[in-house]
Amino acid sequence: MSLLRITSPHAHGPLSTTRVMQTVLLATLPGVAALAWFFGPGVLVNIAVTSFFAIAFEAAALKLRGRPVLRTLDDHSAVVTATLLAIALPPYSPWWLLAVGAAAAILLAKQLYGGLGYNPFNPAMVGYVVLLISFPVQMTTWAAPRGLTAELPGLLDALRACFDPASFDGATMATPLDLLRQNSDQSLAALYEATPQLGAWGGVGWQWVSLGFLAGGLWMLYRGIFTWHAPVAMLAALAAMAALFYDGGGPGSGGSPLFHLLSGATMFGAFFIVTDPVTSAVSTRGRLVYGALIGVLIYLIRTRGNYPDAVAFAVLIMNFAAPFIDYYTQPRSYGHARGGRP
Amino acid sequence: MRRVHAFHGGVHPPENKAQSLAAPIQPAGIPPQLVLPLAQHIGAPAQPVVRVGQAVRGGELLAEADGFVSVPVHAPTSGTVSAIEERPVPHPSGLPAPCIVIDTDGADAWAPLAPLPEAERADPTKLRERIQGAGIAGMGGAGFPTAVKLSPGPGKTIETLIINGTECEPYITADDTLMRERAGDIVAGTRILADLLAPREILIGIEDNKPEAIAAVRAAADSDMEVVVFPTKYPSGGEKQLIEILLGKQVPSGGIPADIGVVCQNVGTAVAVHEAVALGRPLVSRVTTVTGEAVAHPGNYEVLLGTPMGWLLERAGVDSERARRLVMGGPMMGFSIPEPACPVVKTTNCLLVPTEAELPTPPPAQACIRCGLCAEACPATLLPQQLYWFAQGKEYDKLEGHNLFDCIECGACSYVCPSHIPLVQYYRASKADILARRRESEKADHARERFEARQARMERLAAEREAKRAERKRAAEAKAKAKAEAAASEGAGGTDDAQAAATADPIQAAIERAKARKAALAAGTAGEPADRLATLSANVDTIAKRLAAAREKLDAYDGGEASVAEALKRGVEKTEEKLARAEAELREAREGASEEA
Ligand code: SF4
Ligand code: SF4
Repeated sequence: MSLLRITSPHAHGPLSTTRVMQTVLLATLPGVAALAWFFGPGVLVNIAVTSFFAIAFEAAALKLRGRPVLRTLDDHSAVVTATLLAIALPPYSPWWLLAVGAAAAILLAKQLYGGLGYNPFNPAMVGYVVLLISFPVQMTTWAAPRGLTAELPGLLDALRACFDPASFDGATMATPLDLLRQNSDQSLAALYEATPQLGAWGGVGWQWVSLGFLAGGLWMLYRGIFTWHAPVAMLAALAAMAALFYDGGGPGSGGSPLFHLLSGATMFGAFFIVTDPVTSAVSTRGRLVYGALIGVLIYLIRTRGNYPDAVAFAVLIMNFAAPFIDYYTQPRSYGHARGGRP
Repeated sequence: MRRVHAFHGGVHPPENKAQSLAAPIQPAGIPPQLVLPLAQHIGAPAQPVVRVGQAVRGGELLAEADGFVSVPVHAPTSGTVSAIEERPVPHPSGLPAPCIVIDTDGADAWAPLAPLPEAERADPTKLRERIQGAGIAGMGGAGFPTAVKLSPGPGKTIETLIINGTECEPYITADDTLMRERAGDIVAGTRILADLLAPREILIGIEDNKPEAIAAVRAAADSDMEVVVFPTKYPSGGEKQLIEILLGKQVPSGGIPADIGVVCQNVGTAVAVHEAVALGRPLVSRVTTVTGEAVAHPGNYEVLLGTPMGWLLERAGVDSERARRLVMGGPMMGFSIPEPACPVVKTTNCLLVPTEAELPTPPPAQACIRCGLCAEACPATLLPQQLYWFAQGKEYDKLEGHNLFDCIECGACSYVCPSHIPLVQYYRASKADILARRRESEKADHARERFEARQARMERLAAEREAKRAERKRAAEAKAKAKAEAAASEGAGGTDDAQAAATADPIQAAIERAKARKAALAAGTAGEPADRLATLSANVDTIAKRLAAAREKLDAYDGGEASVAEALKRGVEKTEEKLARAEAELREAREGASEEA
């Protein structure tokens, strides 16, 4: 008998980090499918190209840092980051934009801090914000949704848009969130009347995209990939803020709770960004606080700020605050009196 | 029905208990050789009372308890003591330890058993003596001397006696079968424990995955014993968790259950207590689950203590080809046994021999993604991911601030960790590091205190010497003056002479005195101080030796039992004080002698 000497525990649960990442990737499918349906296959090209760059950068960085390349790539985290970034970027983005985004996410936000688990900021959101600040024009043109444009681009158009941007001329349109911000002189009812982009609940197309990400998120919740605390807190806080300042739908209204829940990156952010365990608070109580504050910030930035969407900024600000939240929400350990005293 | 409470966290690993539950408890038989470690419990190892070559009968004392936190070892069957030496033992450290080896003769001849007379059973002291004398230490896995737990100490009343039939670890069914087959003995043992502690309530806690055991114990239980059933979840059998489940109370951090009026005993311990008191039978065997895919006949065996694990595994039909590891205990908290020569001891509740497919070798750890699953699983409500972070950075203060020492090493965090980080291993290592550092700094503090005390002593002695000298000087001057005055008044005419004498005399006198003393010393009349010096220095030597021995004992002790460590430390301190006193005496005597000379 040649006996292994391993310390306890000897048994292990079924989850592995690779499985977690794979589950996250699978969970993006409904939302990505909706994106592709309503805005054309641009998002698919985005994902493929960004993933390619992300893996290349990650491999290079690991090699430079003397880490095992293949074993680490196997955790799939680079592809997850790339996918999330690619979903957030406008479809039909040129390749160099995707490359810069991947570099910012993987090299700047992740590997420079020591790789997976050590990054204080969400890499996909860092990539997004770097691009938004550097290339505001490219980042704020969004494709027109199905039904509001004569013809959606096909796969070939999408590839052309990516690799030969000059030759591509797709229809673009302001997003519902843009509309709401730019038109503070009309009542909501009038605005809905005037603009076809605003749909029954959220924006045309957007509402289905949001529901797609919601479905993926609920599935991950069911699979035990994360706990409900942060996303539910974020959605609840955002809805509460919107309800509080709804203002009867007059010109000063910030939009209805439903509009905020189903517009822009709300659902995507709640279930795919806010749940990023690495950069959020750690305890369940901490995650409630973390999620709720993100929800509040999203609303404030959306209605008072200068940018089309606010999820990225709100998340990055709270990434910054996460350690403090952790400090104040350390749970009471067994056998310790309430109030933290032993 | 009693309301049961939930505890934070916990996990539901596959139970894998059915494999070993197919057959009733079967005797494992008598192996040709038994290896009995002197320390099968937490606390001071027992001291052998037999010689090599001596014939022993079953039940006879082999080694006696060494103090309060210790239990004796008895012969499990008849045979001859063939060696008293270090052998491999089942201990997480993997180090060999002193054992008594018996070559069995197969006759299984027993010394007559002496049950505790009915009249003495009402006397708690007699009962405790009997329980300790029978060698009983907690059989649930920890191995803490049972009699110690039954002596809650003055001022502590025990409200609740809990009998732990939880057995929450996967695979293990030793307690389960014991409850099914010997519920009467468990109840009888519980009765004895209750008589001893006089608790207000007696609870027998069993997880709901053992319906047969629950029915059997319910049928056997006395009317004042309540069988409480609660949902299966690991680690509900942990003492602290069980108390929370049954009573909704938590044992204060750093405290023991008796602090909140609770004593917990395992069902196996209750049976052992019954046998010791009612039958007079010391603890020489136990029920051990042998299981895992690599054994052909998994089941529960009544095993003589000291039986080599390899021999027992042979009997259970082990397939050595497929056996990948040998675990004593369950898959969550058990530890790897390096070699099958290790004996079954009082705490061996299970031998698990899994195949590679069953419990695969863990893959290399990946980065912590701070998913928080560990924190959700932790029954102590710690933040394992933060502890891991601090452990990597050796941030000991933060580790203690995040309550590392409340970690019960249950393994729930590692079990769920998707990155396969061996978290518990980090916590164990950090705990050991912190304890070692504490000991170091205590030692340094001692050294500093000793140095300062010595410094103060030296200063005091110097001052005293100075004072004495001044005193002597004054006395001499006074004498001289008196003499001079006397001389002056004696001869009125000889003033000059008298004056000369007055000035010369003190010096002269001193010289004369010194001469006389030297002569006396040379002649040997001053033998007395020299003798005293010799005695004192011998005294210092002896005490120093004793101190060294005491220190060694303290350093060698790492049983983790605070009371033992405390007692040892007190011993060292006392000896240190003695040594300091003896040294001071010796030095004073020496200084006195040299000054005089
Ligand atoms: S379970 Fe593992 S990966 Fe997740 S937070 Fe805990 S230590 Fe990190
Ligand atoms: S081993 Fe310690 S830290 Fe991990 S779950 Fe158990 S008590 Fe918590």
